[in-house]
Amino acid sequence: MTSLGALLIRDMRLAVRVGGGALIGVLFFLVVVTLVPFAVGPDLALLKRIGPAVLWLAALLASLLALDRLFAVDHEDGSLDLLLMSKTPLELVVAVKGVAHWLTTGLPLVVAAPLIGLLLNLDAAAQAGLVLTLLVGTPALTFIGMIGAAIAVALRRGGLLLAVLVLPLTVPVLIFGVAAANAVLLGAAPFGTPFTILCALSLASLVVGPFAAAAALRQEIE
Amino acid sequence: MSLVDLANPSRFLKFANRALPWLGGVTVIAFAFGLNQAMGAPDDYQQGATVKIMFLHVPSAWLGMLAWGIMSIAALGTLVWRHPLADVAAKAAAPIGAAFTLLCLVTGSLWGRPEWGTYWVWDARLTSELVLFLLYLGVIALWRTVEDPSRAARAAAILTLVGAVDLPIIKFSVDWWNTLHQGASVFRLGGSTIYPTILMPLLVMAVAFTLLFVTLHIAAMRNEILRRRVRTLRLMQAQATS
Repeated sequence: MTSLGALLIRDMRLAVRVGGGALIGVLFFLVVVTLVPFAVGPDLALLKRIGPAVLWLAALLASLLALDRLFAVDHEDGSLDLLLMSKTPLELVVAVKGVAHWLTTGLPLVVAAPLIGLLLNLDAAAQAGLVLTLLVGTPALTFIGMIGAAIAVALRRGGLLLAVLVLPLTVPVLIFGVAAANAVLLGAAPFGTPFTILCALSLASLVVGPFAAAAALRQEIE
Repeated sequence: MSLVDLANPSRFLKFANRALPWLGGVTVIAFAFGLNQAMGAPDDYQQGATVKIMFLHVPSAWLGMLAWGIMSIAALGTLVWRHPLADVAAKAAAPIGAAFTLLCLVTGSLWGRPEWGTYWVWDARLTSELVLFLLYLGVIALWRTVEDPSRAARAAAILTLVGAVDLPIIKFSVDWWNTLHQGASVFRLGGSTIYPTILMPLLVMAVAFTLLFVTLHIAAMRNEILRRRVRTLRLMQAQATS
């Protein structure tokens, strides 16, 4: 247990210090959302209507871009081999790395979402719905994405391949995340149904992700 | 000769060389019979002749899913038993499955244009089928990125097993969501809702498509085994000259 705690603290320290780049994801999030009004025009009613979808899409891309360093850095400096050889089960190690990654890249997105939502003319209720769905949904993005990160860990051009492999698998999360966020905005459909499915997707990916990623790492590195 | 003997690549090659002409012949006969029956099937009272697109559309949809199912079984063979023939089976099935899935999407949108008035709608069945196509392309991209075939096989196997969650979503999408695509009509409780004069040609075409898949798959597996032997010979030659 102490080794897992130490790993969590180590990963978070590495992410927030120089060279870690934890907050670049938030910056990317902001830049993508800023680009949208230039593309669709500064019509505030339209921006409000598509706001939750744009923010979800930007959050998906931002968390995806950060993922390719999840295992690659440890693979390059050799610490991944030490983690593989340690007595702690690899599944738990991978899960802890995922949690640390979410805390340093996913959670900042959730925190920044209300501020960035202001740019898209979202009101308080829509903001709250959006933050809630992102809080529940971004762990699913991290834990589905870690499978792709583990598969692509030893590849030279893994980044683009990672996106191609992971994005189709994140479609359900995007569908139900945006559906729940839109339910608050429009009030036409119930919020609970898509939201509970989103919770279920997150919980399922929390189980499947570490096992699949650990299996991929074992196969890749030997 | 039992099934276990076939796991030896040399024996498999012998079997493939002997079986392929027969399989090809049976496939041609099945298609001749099935297409003949399909042309003879009556027009639908509402859709007219466009209902005949179904004879291509439905079997290719089934085979697109069957190919991923076979890849998933092969993926288990790769991960659990590290069997090289399982790698070969998985790799050979991917492009064929992608082709059938694309065929399903194309015939479906050609059918949708006269009947629904649009080539494409974002309905659950269509979307999940498109996701299956994207997953196929991802697996093929992965095979082409990793140079060492056995390492590529293991990476692709894990992706294949994770991607297999899409299969039940495709199958049950018409039950879970209220979609424009029609519900299950052939395999359902209480019997098929398709009239026998149209159902029979459909089933014959499904058999013909399956035979085509088996023929193409075995041929592709044979080619892949030969390709790997050439690769090994080249590596040995390069080693000998250096």
